[in-house]
Amino acid sequence: MRVNGVEEKLDVEPWVSLLDALRERLGVTGPKKGCDQGACGACTVLADGMRINACLALAVQYADKEITTIEGVTPHPLQEAFVRHDGFQCGYCTPGQICSAIAMLDEYAAGMPSAVSDGAPQLTEAEIRERMSGNLCRCGAYNGIVDAIKEVAG
Amino acid sequence: MRPFAYVKPPDVDAALQAVAADSGARFLGGGTNLVDLMREGIERPYTVVDVTGLPLDEVAELPGGGLRIGALVRNSALAADRRVRTRYPMLSQAILAGASAQLRNMATVGGNLLQRTRCPYFYDQASACNKREPGAGCDAIGGFNRSHAILGVSDSCIATHPSDMCVALTALDAVVEARSVRGTRRIPLADFHLLPGDTPHVETALAADELITAVEVPPIAAPSRYRKVRDRASYAFALVSVAAAMEVEDGTITQVRLALGGVATKPWRAREAERILLGGPAADEAFRRAADAELASAVTRPGNAFKAGLARATIAATLRDLTPGEEAA
Repeated sequence: MRVNGVEEKLDVEPWVSLLDALRERLGVTGPKKGCDQGACGACTVLADGMRINACLALAVQYADKEITTIEGVTPHPLQEAFVRHDGFQCGYCTPGQICSAIAMLDEYAAGMPSAVSDGAPQLTEAEIRERMSGNLCRCGAYNGIVDAIKEVAG
Repeated sequence: MRPFAYVKPPDVDAALQAVAADSGARFLGGGTNLVDLMREGIERPYTVVDVTGLPLDEVAELPGGGLRIGALVRNSALAADRRVRTRYPMLSQAILAGASAQLRNMATVGGNLLQRTRCPYFYDQASACNKREPGAGCDAIGGFNRSHAILGVSDSCIATHPSDMCVALTALDAVVEARSVRGTRRIPLADFHLLPGDTPHVETALAADELITAVEVPPIAAPSRYRKVRDRASYAFALVSVAAAMEVEDGTITQVRLALGGVATKPWRAREAERILLGGPAADEAFRRAADAELASAVTRPGNAFKAGLARATIAATLRDLTPGEEAA
């Protein structure tokens, strides 16, 4: 699989998750293991540009995909904006938040609908909160996260 | 996770043969439910047959105006499909009301249909669960059952069917196409999921060696809507959800479809309510009377008794939104 632009040769058992393959076999520790059951979003990575939960993905299913983690997008304007707006406290959810936000902005630009609206002309706060609901922040830095995304979205 | 063999067949026939030859095999789609249950040790296949490489990911027009949805279309792609948004708003809305963007990107239509009907006691191996271990008993019935079902329940199981998408598909009279080495058959969605009865571990009409290849939705003229009520604004299972389509002429209901989620052991087509509504006035009092008739068979418990009133109000509110002149702002 390609990880952050580099061809990686991996020999993993079929029950190894994409998250464990990245973290434990390749040393790519940006994606975090929070719940390990698809509920928190800390493991969010991009597979061919689509955001997914790496904890519920078997690595073998993604052998022919381009995987992008926070390491592969650094430096990114969202990182600066998260710092400026206090978009985190402990920082554990941040790599997943930023990968998720990158894909979310792409989805929005492509006209993907959400439960809040069907192709809104503006990325409102309600729209950002709905589209980012798959990423939990136990520190409760949501207001800063929304502000950071709003600033980068322009 | 218990070790298993992994195969990725190149075509549908090879996938069907792989499962026909191995009773311990399971099909794997996006993995959002199966991988989770395997990690918990609840699902323990010996062989996993990965079907995500099969060419079943198209949404195609049917003669007569319906849509044929490939089993491997991702939930996010289906919700965004322009034809679905225009012609089947309740289906797009239902999918977007479920899970998170990440999970919708992974989950397939076939996998959504086959996700397990589940509750916290099903996951908790220290609790008794007839679904996990037939004959063990049900700790949910006398336990913490706020999220549990009030319709279609049995003495064996009160777990709620969790899907939003399936509620809309039930209202739309969708048909599931399934294939095995024995042939192809078509199963109406209303017959696809089973009531728990005394075999709650058997959740669908699908045999172990059958693969869902497509879901077909017939055309529908009536405007439709999906409304979901839950504990938080997003990314939570429904307490109550309503998929409704209604056409009104001169104040009289000439067409109506109604299905409920979050309150039943399977995606619940509210046929009794439909019968009462059809031909009657599109008025709040009639909506509530129809809801009461549907909920007359409800079996509530201390934890989930609130769902009957919530369902009644949500049915009325959804139908009100579909009433000409009363649309939500």
